[in-house]
Amino acid sequence: MSAPVDLSLVTASKIAAMVRSGEVSATDVVRAALERVDALNPILNAFTDVTRARALEKARAIDAMRARREELPAFAGVPFAVKNLFDITGLPTRAGSLINRAHAPAGHDATLVARLAAAGGVLIGGLNMGEYAYDFTGENAHDGNALNPHDRTRMTGGSSSGAGGAVAAGMVPVALGSDTNGSIRVPASFCGVFGLKPTYGRLSRARTYPFVASLDHVGPMARSVSDLAHSYDIMQGRDPLDSHQAERPIEPTVPKLRAGAEGLRIGVLDDHFAQNGFPEAFAAVNVVAQALGVTATAHLPNAADARAAAFVITAAEGAELHLNRIRVRPQDYDPETRDRFIAGAMVPAVWVQKAQKLRRWFSQAAAKAFECHDVLLAPATPCHAPLSGQKTLMLDGQEVALRPNMGVFTQPISFIGLPVVTVPVWLPDTHLPIGVQIIAAPWREDRALRVAAALEAMGTVKSPVAAIGA
Amino acid sequence: MRNAEFDPAKHVDHMEHMLGLTIEDAWRPIVIAHMTAIARAGNQVMNVALVDEIEPAPVFLA
Repeated sequence: MSAPVDLSLVTASKIAAMVRSGEVSATDVVRAALERVDALNPILNAFTDVTRARALEKARAIDAMRARREELPAFAGVPFAVKNLFDITGLPTRAGSLINRAHAPAGHDATLVARLAAAGGVLIGGLNMGEYAYDFTGENAHDGNALNPHDRTRMTGGSSSGAGGAVAAGMVPVALGSDTNGSIRVPASFCGVFGLKPTYGRLSRARTYPFVASLDHVGPMARSVSDLAHSYDIMQGRDPLDSHQAERPIEPTVPKLRAGAEGLRIGVLDDHFAQNGFPEAFAAVNVVAQALGVTATAHLPNAADARAAAFVITAAEGAELHLNRIRVRPQDYDPETRDRFIAGAMVPAVWVQKAQKLRRWFSQAAAKAFECHDVLLAPATPCHAPLSGQKTLMLDGQEVALRPNMGVFTQPISFIGLPVVTVPVWLPDTHLPIGVQIIAAPWREDRALRVAAALEAMGTVKSPVAAIGA
Repeated sequence: MRNAEFDPAKHVDHMEHMLGLTIEDAWRPIVIAHMTAIARAGNQVMNVALVDEIEPAPVFLA
């Protein structure tokens, strides 16, 4: 059976419905995805591994189930891909590094890969990322830079760079990333896709390569809110392999999407979140706020201090993980990563301990903000995607280093583990997207997704597949 | 915290030997720049007044 529509433009939910109805076979869906990867990856460098044989075998198994008239699972035939810090059976988990690719192949899939696969999802491959996830740019000295599908002279953002690029380019409708300080939200902003960073501790991190254990999150990226919610719901649930996961019941969000933003108290974050950025960052927030009829402002005190604390914890925890390797194999690191790990190893312990206390205090302060608001709005990045290779940018009249400052708005939020949906806004007179963070109280992913769905329904936010020329 | 006394270059020199790290000459200015940025953040954190009773965020659950 030949595919009747351009499957690269179709959402995951629609693909699953088409496979269920027999409108298209899972094999045709997967072949189309693989062909698109073959055509575009030499241009965009989103994938580092393509699991072709596994994908085709899985697709044939789904088609066989349908031929036997068995009920197909929710994501039957949906192609997906994962940042290459997720374990994929049979492949070394490279985590964007040179060193890890010499490791033994993974003996199991990461829990979230296994859950999507159990729901009928078809893994297409592993995705490019910044080395060891210490990155906001999408640049990688070992695998080459992932390029932004909407403008190949610009960064994808990182560290889930390939995930942002692969989804924006229509290679897959859903990809998995990780987010320690903004690594889902920054590439979602630059690549014009939706991204969900769930509450800290919500989704299993088992069998993923860590960066900063006390800050690491994992989550989906997609071109529709429905796909974000569907994939998130599939991946929820306690995993005994993850000792850090919170004891939470499965709380489905898909049934709540239609409730929209009705009845939710929404405020625009002020102070730190209303400065430190380019005009487009605040214009995007205004577009979203106006569409929602929001005029209220909200305040998170000491947000800049919170960001500083996240910076200190990241430096120290990340460096501890890598100390032995940077002693003996410093030349095998991406220099951009190595020099920060070396400095991070030298952080006095008192700074880290104070940062962890500030984290508790800031979390309590945020809880007070959520007494008056259900959802908070803030920019995702301080600007559109910068040019690849750019090292500095002008923020509020000062030239600052680009890499750390891409997380100026995301870091205070992930510091206290709040759930966030990043939604893509397309301002007039530019071909580049920019994201807005829709932030909810802990464990209320449903509220952030409801607001995102309402904005998508109004046409205020959207994630079109990039038009990619030769 | 008397941050004026913190010298990132001296700190990097000292810690390099203490930790058994090797920093080549070409990397050293960059490492020092990163240490300076972390120290700025650390100073900012240390200057936030918190009550003694505040618990650190990660609490081990046995």
